[in-house]
Amino acid sequence: MLDALTLATGVAALLLAAWCGWAAYRDQPTKDWHFIGMAVVTLLTLVQLVVGVVWLARGEEPAQGTVIFVAYLLGSFACVPAAGFMSLAERTRWGSVTVAASGVVLAVLEVRLYDIWKG
Amino acid sequence: MTEQEPGRRPDGTRLAGGPGLLLVWLYGVMVVGAVSRSVYQIATEFDRAPLAYSLSAIAGVVYGFITYTLVRGGERARRAALVCCAAELVGVLTVGTWTLVDPSAFPDATVWSDYGMGYLFIPVLLPLTALYWLRRARAA
Repeated sequence: MLDALTLATGVAALLLAAWCGWAAYRDQPTKDWHFIGMAVVTLLTLVQLVVGVVWLARGEEPAQGTVIFVAYLLGSFACVPAAGFMSLAERTRWGSVTVAASGVVLAVLEVRLYDIWKG
Repeated sequence: MTEQEPGRRPDGTRLAGGPGLLLVWLYGVMVVGAVSRSVYQIATEFDRAPLAYSLSAIAGVVYGFITYTLVRGGERARRAALVCCAAELVGVLTVGTWTLVDPSAFPDATVWSDYGMGYLFIPVLLPLTALYWLRRARAA
């Protein structure tokens, strides 16, 4: 369950990065559809956070420690929205670049989450 | 949005607009990464690699200060950020070389180990990009 979710979130994050990268390439700011995309990715990370906490509550133990695991869950949840809010104030291509960067960072965080879980 | 003003600096030097926004975001990521990592490691296992964890903490503080100056903007902040980015570059190059030459001094990794390889080399690319951006911000 957690593995599939991690993979889905990572792929969605990369798609978001590619999409916003394309917008930046065409010299466009983030638009409503991009924000819907960010919302979808953020929803995935929220589900991941909830599922992760439920797993911990069931007594499961991540290989590299609970604290690090929760910190990464929170980090991946905050990653894309933070960039999204910043792009609201920057109505140029650079807002799109920032959101694209957040997608790449989120994908990396997902890989790290997988490592932390499996060891 | 009728009013678009990319690169305009109405009051002093605006550093967090345009490409600067990306820099702010990446520095923010590094602050969270370096600070949370060093706080956790210093709190739980400081004796294992005191040097490495202290260096990570210093890196976190430097990143935090640079992020603040970028957001604040203005000529003084720009100069402070220039100095700190240069210090950051020296730090990452020194620690990066140090970890390669004398790995035994580092039982565990720092943020700046191997020139920041564990962080996609962002720690070495970021100060270079920031220095370029800060110099250009004065010219504009």
